[in-house]
Amino acid sequence: MLIPHPLLGPRDAQEFTYLGDASLLNRPDGMAEGALPAFCDYVYLRDNPAGIHRELWFHEQGDRSWLVVTRNTLTHEILGAELARDVALRRQK
Amino acid sequence: MRFSGFRVIAEALTGHKGWKPLWRNPDPQPAYDYVIVGGGGHGLATAYYLAKTFRQARIAVLEKGWLGSGNIGRNTTIIRSNYLLPGNEPFYEFSMKLWEGLEQEFNFNAMVSQRGILNLIHTDGQRDAYRRRGNAMLLAGADAELLNRDQVREMAPYLNFDNARFPIKGGLVQRRAGTARHDGVAWGYARGADIHGVDLIQNCEVTGFRIENGRVLGVETSRGYIGAGKVGVAVAGSSSRVMAMAGMRLPIESHVLQAFVSEGLKPLIPGVITFGAGHFYVSQSDKGGLVFGGDIDGYNSYAQRGNLPVIEDVAEGGMALMPMIGRARLLRTWGGIMDMSMDGTPIIDKTPVEGLFLNAGWCYGGFKATPASGYAFAHLLATGQTHDTTRFMRLDRFERGHVIDEKGMGAQPNLH
Repeated sequence: MLIPHPLLGPRDAQEFTYLGDASLLNRPDGMAEGALPAFCDYVYLRDNPAGIHRELWFHEQGDRSWLVVTRNTLTHEILGAELARDVALRRQK
Repeated sequence: MRFSGFRVIAEALTGHKGWKPLWRNPDPQPAYDYVIVGGGGHGLATAYYLAKTFRQARIAVLEKGWLGSGNIGRNTTIIRSNYLLPGNEPFYEFSMKLWEGLEQEFNFNAMVSQRGILNLIHTDGQRDAYRRRGNAMLLAGADAELLNRDQVREMAPYLNFDNARFPIKGGLVQRRAGTARHDGVAWGYARGADIHGVDLIQNCEVTGFRIENGRVLGVETSRGYIGAGKVGVAVAGSSSRVMAMAGMRLPIESHVLQAFVSEGLKPLIPGVITFGAGHFYVSQSDKGGLVFGGDIDGYNSYAQRGNLPVIEDVAEGGMALMPMIGRARLLRTWGGIMDMSMDGTPIIDKTPVEGLFLNAGWCYGGFKATPASGYAFAHLLATGQTHDTTRFMRLDRFERGHVIDEKGMGAQPNLH
């Protein structure tokens, strides 16, 4: 699989390590009401879809950036990649 | 129709005209007491024990494709009970004991061959870890034996003992472990279930659950609605997809695991050998092919095929362990979809929906567990009580903080 790195162009997926569903960017507020069940869902439960999946890859053997890669889990086709930083900043706005 | 040596001879003398199909191909009834979703190893074993051992009736197995078309036909056929933790080891040893009597139990040749498994030791620390594991196995009633370097050399003289980076210092052997004919296991359970009145319904995909007031009433399928008293889901690989139809999210990611077979060779590998310094394990099939495998690819997948980096990694592991493997040609590779759970341990439990039960999360250890998984799941369905050996494999163990993490990797499915 080739991951289209937004800064470095197409890179071999072997250079990356895989973390999982990009929803891991949305860490719950530990001080909020009901934080315990929210953290249980965050840590343990996954949608695990068959089809389009947004997921976190770390460019460990490269520029050490975190990417959000959109990939089809039925075909391994990679549909896009962006810096996880950009995704997180966009969410804060 | 019973199988026996006498019958084989009698059929040989009469032109093999007396053999019949091993199971019926019935149309679904409007309703059953028990509906098992998934006609793989675990679903068929569940139906078999439900009908035969727990003497229940009106049972159907619903299978989207054909019987045994998933991971029961895609694994590397290893059976063993060399686990460490109290939540796991008694269950796998129960399974090992069921394997030992399986062929007599369901009167079918599953080619269970107890040729042993050898886990190699490369460091002093690893010897300590394996000694501890061996002792845990002995405490659970399994067999385990720690071998020194010379004893390993006697068993497998062709291993690379002089590897400077990963010298072989010994091994942990379980002699009762071995291999079984994986398809034969599915066929044996299917035939046994059919004989005891179970309807095995193929080409019947479950498309939804009918749930009212928190209780399951039946399943919508591609062959119409089927009412059910209790529904047991055993669809590892697709558990998240199926349970999403019941409104549940699971502590599971689906990952692809590849396996490999070489061209047929003369008898070479006595049992199963696992490399302790990389992820590589190998056995030899009765046809002579070296059957081997390694790690999962490591990213979510439902593709039933993997990518080249893992093939390379497995080949490197094989070359480091037994360099002569480089002379063998690789015949085939394939992939299967694993339910990778958040702690590396399966789930056999009731769900928040009354009457709906779940058997999932087998990671890449599902095949060896087939008999005990079926038995324990049938026990849960028939009696409503968890079987003693699966009492820790609960769905709510994650929120309670009682995970069974054999490798100590935490909630990261691709590391288990």
